[in-house]
Amino acid sequence: MKAPRFSRKTLCIPYAVFLLFFVIAPMLIILAYAFTDREMHFSVMNFVRFFSDPSKLSTIVYSIVIALITTVVCLLIAFPVAYILARSKMKKKFVIVMLFVLPMWINFVLRINAIRELFNWIGILGQANYFNTVFGMVYDFLPFMILPPYTTMLKIDDSLYEACSDLGGNGFTSFARITLPLSKPGILSGVTMVFLPSMTNYVVSDMLGNSKVTIIGKFIYEYFESDWHMGSMVALILLIVVFVSTLLSGGFKSEENVRGANL
Amino acid sequence: MAEHIIELKDVTKYYDDNLVLDHVSFYVNKGEFITFLGPSGCGKTTTLRMIAGFDLPTSGQILLNGKDISLLPPNRRPVNTVFQRYALFPHLNVFENIAFGLKCKKVVNTYRNEKGEEYTKKERLTKKEIAEKVRRVLELVDLEGFEKRSIATLSGGQQQRVAIARAVVNEPEILLLDEPLGALDLKMRKEMQIELKEMHKRLGITFIYVTHDQEEALTMSDTIVVMADGVVQQIGTPIGIYNEPANTFVADFIGESNIFNGTVVGERKVRFCGHDFACVDDFEKNEIVDVVVRPEDLVMCPPEKGALRGKVISVVFKGIHYEITVQVGKFEVVVQSTEKRAEGEEIGLNVAPDEIHLMKPRYTKNVYDGVITKRNTVKFADGEFECDVTQLYPGSHVDEEDYLVTASGEKIDLTDTEVTVEVGLRDITISDDAEAGGATGHIISIIYKGDHYRLIVRTDGDEEEDFVFACEDLWNENDYVSVIIPKEKIKLSLKHADEKHRGEDKK
Repeated sequence: MKAPRFSRKTLCIPYAVFLLFFVIAPMLIILAYAFTDREMHFSVMNFVRFFSDPSKLSTIVYSIVIALITTVVCLLIAFPVAYILARSKMKKKFVIVMLFVLPMWINFVLRINAIRELFNWIGILGQANYFNTVFGMVYDFLPFMILPPYTTMLKIDDSLYEACSDLGGNGFTSFARITLPLSKPGILSGVTMVFLPSMTNYVVSDMLGNSKVTIIGKFIYEYFESDWHMGSMVALILLIVVFVSTLLSGGFKSEENVRGANL
Repeated sequence: MAEHIIELKDVTKYYDDNLVLDHVSFYVNKGEFITFLGPSGCGKTTTLRMIAGFDLPTSGQILLNGKDISLLPPNRRPVNTVFQRYALFPHLNVFENIAFGLKCKKVVNTYRNEKGEEYTKKERLTKKEIAEKVRRVLELVDLEGFEKRSIATLSGGQQQRVAIARAVVNEPEILLLDEPLGALDLKMRKEMQIELKEMHKRLGITFIYVTHDQEEALTMSDTIVVMADGVVQQIGTPIGIYNEPANTFVADFIGESNIFNGTVVGERKVRFCGHDFACVDDFEKNEIVDVVVRPEDLVMCPPEKGALRGKVISVVFKGIHYEITVQVGKFEVVVQSTEKRAEGEEIGLNVAPDEIHLMKPRYTKNVYDGVITKRNTVKFADGEFECDVTQLYPGSHVDEEDYLVTASGEKIDLTDTEVTVEVGLRDITISDDAEAGGATGHIISIIYKGDHYRLIVRTDGDEEEDFVFACEDLWNENDYVSVIIPKEKIKLSLKHADEKHRGEDKK
């Protein structure tokens, strides 16, 4: 007589069901749509159409470039902030970290709208669409770039800096050979959290780019209004881009990956 | 005369408002193994960190080979540190960790150009030179073949060796070791002690070692600097410090000790535990001294043959010896012996004159154990004195019923509260009217000190306490007098920190 009991396997069932219906099935549906025509016959036409249309190709390149610039600018702003905060002996530095992170708690559409109004007021709305878009993206994603490096840097023991200086290293050495390599997981995680969403966040590009900047996310959105098959193909291509870039940044490595956005 | 490689001159260090080092001065001879020894918080690690350059002195100077390096950053000092928790770089492997310092280093090379003129160039070490140096130092610490290993895969002992290798590979003039063996287990620690000592001999550089483990210090050092409360208590060889502790703190901290209050009663004669002993330390007659006797120097004998006689009150087996506590009068004396004694047994104790260590007392005032009475007077030294009990609780006063009322309005009954009583050497007068003072006794010593006499009055009761004080008038030895202490000159303090709470409970 076996008493019925919940094994870990039974506990897994709801999640397996969830994954099946909300992750795997939709992916298969996208895959199916991407490689069929309107009569649901197998076809690689969408694929050929996408890569033979220079305007579509340029959109994907623009998306990547905008995402890259956003990521680099975020990194340039965020890394020094994280470094200064992590290394300072300030007692209330948590408050400053909070201030940087606080905008995350306000609806981002609202924030982007506010910036749009500001740009309009200054008079640069519609004047420098790409700059405005990148500005909005940076503003939106900056906290994601501050927190992960900050938390990894907090974990670096002071004695390592002392050891570095004891062994003859100057300020540059300690930055290049201690801070940078040891905060790498944080940087990578920040990069992933900024680069990927900024390729698809078309709300920013629409509102601040005055609808003149089209990024890949916008593209997918537009296609799904008329042609699900082409939309699925673009979504699939984006998926592959994301996969490759994650692979390149080492995001799949099983080493301790500090996401750190635990505020 | 040996060369002074490091010299601290009047170094004081404050962290915020906390005084950590108080006017510390000493020097370190080139090539010696010197240990800073003391309890935690004594300032030993701070001293080391200032030599390394991680902390800067608030005032004073640190000289390296005669040059002031007090404000030089760590990377410009020819000194390397083995950190308490090793501080190895977790993202680098063993080779890269050890090569870290070598890669930062620039050496001056001399070349000759075509015209035969010499010129010098500051250059980094080549990869080959670095690899060779790392290989040699790995041999030194017995870690050949570990170059590619990641730090996380090493055991504590191996990490320790890498930490030492990383420091010594730079050929520093001084190697600083901050409690490097603290994280190792006992057996490993003993092994590493021997290895470090060996390494010191082989490398011939100065080792400055910090530890709170007195045994470690005694085993390894050429010189020990004993520190407490930010002050150097004694500097000397291990044997010197063990055998001739400079004060009761050192005696107490290094090894085990019996410490008694004693009085010098004659030329090389000291009285403690109610008996006169011959000793070898030469102190002025009638001087109040601290007497230190090591437990292993007390010899047990039949009661009638002992200078001291007492009853065994406890026997503890310690492996090599028994630790026997003997009650001699009101004193407890600890004896270490390989012979066993039974509890309750009457025994005698003897001690050889050269095993009795006399030292100047740390406190040069009269200190007694006292008890507050019902009438808010204080009983000590076989007497009873008027005193001001309100000083025990700031802002308090005494009400009509003799209760103490604290600043916050709480009533406290002080009866039977144990206090420490302090009386200054100049706050005591005596009178031949036996009723005039709080305690009575006989004058046992009168010394003319140039402008005044120093008197000692010993009470007649069983506490046999001494009052030491300065006096303008001439009295005679053996005069029967009473001791007068003005109420306001009696300083009281609560004996235990928890006394306060106990007192409050009684209200």
